[in-house]
Order: sequence, then structure tokens, then C-alpha cells
Amino acid sequence: MKNLQRFFLIVLLVILAVVINLPYGAKLLKRDLSLKKGLDLQGGTHLVLETDMANIQSSDRLDALESAKQIISRRVDLYGVSEPVIQTATLKDSYRIIVELPGIQGINQAIELIGQTAQLDFREDIASDANQINYASPSAFSRIFSFESTGLTGKDLKKASVSFDQSGQTAGQPVVALEFTSEGAEKFADITQRNVSRPVAIFLDDQLVTAPLVNEAITTGQAIISGNFTAEAASQLTIQLNAGALPVPIKIIEQKNISATLGADSVIKSLKAGIIGLTLVMLFMWFYYGKNGLIANIALIIYGLITLTVYKLIPVTLTLPGIAGFILSVGMAVDSNILIFERLKEELRGGRPFTIALELGFGRAWDSIKDANVATIITALILINPLNWNFLNTSGMVRGFALTLLIGVLISLFTGIVVTRTLMRLFLLPRRSA
Amino acid sequence: MINFMKYKTIYFLISLLFLLPSVYFLSRYGLKPSLDFTGGSLLELTIKPTHMEPTTALLEDIAKQGFNIHSIQQTSQGTFLFKGKDFSQSLNQKFQHEISTFIGESTEISFENIGPTLGRELIKKTLTSLIIAASLIMLYVTSRFKDKKYGICAILAMLHDILILLGVFSFLGVYRHVQVDALFVTALLTILSFSVHDTIVVYDRIRESLKLNPKLSFTQTVNKAVTETLGRSINNSLTIIFMLLSLYLLGGPTIKWFIFALLIGTISGTYSSTFTAAPLLVLWEQIKARQSKPTP
Repeated sequence: MKNLQRFFLIVLLVILAVVINLPYGAKLLKRDLSLKKGLDLQGGTHLVLETDMANIQSSDRLDALESAKQIISRRVDLYGVSEPVIQTATLKDSYRIIVELPGIQGINQAIELIGQTAQLDFREDIASDANQINYASPSAFSRIFSFESTGLTGKDLKKASVSFDQSGQTAGQPVVALEFTSEGAEKFADITQRNVSRPVAIFLDDQLVTAPLVNEAITTGQAIISGNFTAEAASQLTIQLNAGALPVPIKIIEQKNISATLGADSVIKSLKAGIIGLTLVMLFMWFYYGKNGLIANIALIIYGLITLTVYKLIPVTLTLPGIAGFILSVGMAVDSNILIFERLKEELRGGRPFTIALELGFGRAWDSIKDANVATIITALILINPLNWNFLNTSGMVRGFALTLLIGVLISLFTGIVVTRTLMRLFLLPRRSA
Repeated sequence: MINFMKYKTIYFLISLLFLLPSVYFLSRYGLKPSLDFTGGSLLELTIKPTHMEPTTALLEDIAKQGFNIHSIQQTSQGTFLFKGKDFSQSLNQKFQHEISTFIGESTEISFENIGPTLGRELIKKTLTSLIIAASLIMLYVTSRFKDKKYGICAILAMLHDILILLGVFSFLGVYRHVQVDALFVTALLTILSFSVHDTIVVYDRIRESLKLNPKLSFTQTVNKAVTETLGRSINNSLTIIFMLLSLYLLGGPTIKWFIFALLIGTISGTYSSTFTAAPLLVLWEQIKARQSKPTP
């Protein structure tokens, strides 16, 4: 009975996966479900950014270019575009950054994000008559402020995040919450201390964002920028602040679409070769393990379907390294089945009846499948670096590879154990009369 | 049960036969880094279709004649982007001359120096990740198998595979001018996972046999486990090798060396789990037994 339930669960999953992969699945879920392919397989957008080095000494220009490149990489990463290619380009007096993003649609926002300098600066009013002004009265705003930098800048930030205003007229509006480093918190405490009931202005790229009145000294090292943000603008600003300010102004001078780096013929050829390879694997399983092999092949097809669906749902940007991760996980999925079948054979050779041999085979194979896969999961997780630890790998390419590997291993555990087992119990065991 | 471990010296010798040249080539010549690590030049051209319609495939054929070009891409504006390491101004002129002769007149839009896509920093971080992953796997295997020799020997077998893969590409770098690129890094990571995966399956069998037949000596237990897992190990690797061979023979030329790296790694990984990782355990036990003997 339990087996039948499991069987129906599997059938349900397969139907779900098929529906999602068919053209109308996307309409059903009301989202874009096309498989995202990387620059190597599909091409994408090629942007050329020109830096303005007018204010930088010529000896420091290469360093400034390198740090601008790193900040742009971080912004693109934080924005969630996976597998970009970002490199510097120099020729005589022009210092450029080339950014290549996979895919063509829906990257306008990413492009907007890349070019902003995002210099955050806290300023105070140092007018000579500042002490006599009642800032709370409307008349105070008619005079021209003379804001001066306080020395507290984006460099003193520990973290910025999107939050929602808790109180006042603007309750529910998106705001950007700032958390300073311990040094920044001290500076901020000093600034707020000497400016009680006076404004402290927040400037972004020399533009006034907001100038709230300080009610009391803030020593917790936390501040909020509220400035009529839309949710997107607030999240873009947080990305820019977290990634750091660009050391030089940057302008997008060129934007064009580019074809796949691997070449279209190469991709098609490789795809065909992959299908032939997979067919060979299935034939091998069928010839060598007979009926069991056929069931393993069905499990393998189900594995492929579910994996494709998960790639589309997450979505995963598929690149050649990602496909390597996938091939390896197919190997591991087949391996689980081979382990089980070899165990089953042994138990049968030991003279046990099929029913018992099947259960023993599964039980014993499980130990090795589990340990072997946990080792792979450890590697994949460290390479994915989900907590964004700075000392670990942050390269999009390696992360993409590890993500496909992790997804593959997890799904292969499911198909190897649940699917193969249920199908074998249902179709290979002698029927018991109800 | 076949007495596999009797010949363990031979297995180690076979490994050494590959390891020593690998170490030699790596220390003497290192690896040839590609554009991904060193940076190079970026050329943008428009090509007038005087003789032929310009396509990336046609240009690839020209680029292959020693122009050090790594990738060719067509843009939406009808221009072509060429990226290459050591693609000098003089090569650029010769290249454009070839294009003019065979395809049509080319106009240079830009010719710039480009930086690496995988800088030193990223390589360092990936290495750190790998060292941490290897240590964690060692701890995990040690805790699951309740003996540190399993953890250490599994990692040694993994290093064996990685060293051989690096050695083969150092050799290819010298004799076939093969460069290692970003894809090679992923191939290395794949092999690392595969190697440990395969080794653990063999070790699991040893663990189980130790429990079921406590009377057998350690060497006999390892023999038994290797005899029982060899079929599975070969079958499993065959399925991966089928896949890779068809990709190598029929797949596109741009992924050839990547697939080749995976093939070498799979073969070495299969060999090492049975013929390096298992005999290492036996050796470990023998050394331990010798040390614990009271010295006269």
C-alpha cells in the first residue's frame, strides 16, 4: 500500500515536471520559465564602461581601475546576475571596464546599477549663525544650508539593508537601514551629539537625499535613510552601498549583444554528443542489468526531468562548467543504482529470496551512497559559499558549477533511493494476493 | 576473493610512474595559463563581405593558423570581437591581412589590452575553499569510519588524482601548447569530488566486512572488499567514460581539452580508489604493526 502511495507521488512529480517544462507551464505559473544559458552557450550583453580618471594621478590609475572592477563585480553578484565576465581594458589614456552579462532581456536594471558611483556622505550645517536657527520652524528651510562633510562616509558602513519605515506619516515606505562599523558608530555618535535638534544631511553622489533633524545623540551605530524610495530604488541603493562606492565616475559608452563564446556549432555538436553519450549509458545499463537496468533508466529519465525543472524554477544559469557538474551528478545517480544492483546480485547469490535480497541490497547500499554523497555535498556547499564569506570563493563560474552539482546530487539521492526502490518493489516483486 | 593486496608494490609503482613525471613537469615547466588568468588583447572589427559572408566559423579557421585567438564573438551591430593572449599588434596586422584576402576588407574599431577574468585573488580564494573542503571531508570520513587512516588515505588518493591531472596538462602545455583556462579549474573540482566519492564506496565495503568478518586479517578484509567492489567501480566509471568519450569525439572543438581533463581524472580516480586508497590503508596498518612491535 505504502509503495502504491509512493508510486503515485512519483507519477504526480513527473506530471508536474512535464507541465512546467511544456510551453504553457510558464503561463500557468505566470513567470518566465525559459532555461537561462550563460555567455559561453548563448551569449549576452557586452557593456563598455569608460572611467573618468581626470582627478586621479596617472600612477594610481591602474589601481583605481582594478578597484572599480572589483566593486562592479560585487554589485553584479549582489544583484543576482550569475556568471558575468568582468575585465579591465586599457589603451593609452583610456581606462575601461568590460562587463558581459548573460541573457539579453531584463538586464536594464542591472545596467543602471553598475554605473552609479554611490559615494555616501554625511554632512552637517556649519553656518556661523547655526546656533540661532530654530530648525523645527518652516522658515528655517527657506535659507540656504551650508553643509560641510563630517568625515563619515560609506567607508564606515558595515551593512546596508532594505527595511520599512515603522512610524510617522511615511510608515510602510521602503527605507534603507544603515549599520556602521565600530569606528563609524563612534563618529556618528559624535556627529549626532553636537547636532541635536539640527539637521544631519545624507548626500549620495553630491545629491541631497534627505536631511532629518537629530532628536538625540545616536550611539547604537544605526541610522535610516528615508527619501521617498520605491522598493527597487531602495534595494539598488543597498546593493551599491554594500558593494562600496566606485573610486571614479563611470559612464556606459557602448552596449551591444554578443554571440556565444563557445560558438553556436560547437554548442549544438556537444549537445548531440551528450545525447548519444546518455543513450550509450542507458543501453549499457539495460544490457548489463536487464530488467533492473530498465528501471534504473526510467529513474534516470525522471532524474533528468526533475533536474531540468529545478534549473528553470531557481533559476540556474546553465554554462559549460554547470554541465560538467550535471554530468558528474548523472554519474553519481547511475552509481547509486549500480551499487544497489550489485548488492542485490550478491544477496541473491547468497541464496536469499528476491523479496529479502531486495530490501537487504537497498539497506546495505544506502550506507555507502550516503557517505559518498555527503562528501560531495560538503565540497559543493563550500564552493557555493552561501553566506558570502569573504575568504572563500566568490567567482560566479565556480559557484555555478557547485550549484548544479549540489542540485544534481540531492535529486540523484531522491531518484536513486525513492524512485528506483519503489519501482522495483512494485514491478519486480512477485505479486502477493491481496 | 583475489589477493589484490599482494601486489600493492606494483600498484604504487604504477602510480609513481605517473606521479614522478607529473611532479617533474609541474616543477620544471608549470602550467600554461590562458587569457582567463593573464589577460590579453581585445580586437573589434567590421568586415565587408567582398569574397564571402563573414561567419564565426570561417574566422575560426583563419584564427587557428597561429594567431593565438581564444574566442570569437559576433555582436548585434555586425562587428566581431576577438580575444587572445599574446595577440600582438603585428599579429593583429597579419590577421587582418588574412581576413582581407579571404573574406573581405576589415576595419579596426578598437584594439585594447584586457585584464584577466580570473585574477590572483579569485584563484587564492578558490584554493582556500578547496583546502577547507578537503579538511572537512577528511574529518567527515574519519568520524564516519571512526579511524583517521581512512580520512587521510582518502585525501591522499585525491591528491594523487589532482597531481596527475595537473601533470598531464603541464606535459600538454609543453608539447601541444595546451593552455589551462577557467574551465580547467572546474574540471579539477569535478575530479576532486569524483575521486573522494569513488574512494568512500570502497572504504564503506571495508568497514562493513570488518564488522561482518571480525576474524579475517585487515589485509584479507581489504582484499575481500576490493574483490567485491571492483565490478561496480569499473561499471560506474564506464558509464561516465561513455558519456565523456562521446563528448570528446563528437562534441565541439572548443570543449575538447575540458572533456579530456575530465576523462584523465575519471580514469585516474577509478584507479586510485582501488589501487591507491585501499593499499594505502594496508600499508598504514603494516607500518603501525611494525612500530608497535617492541624493539629488541
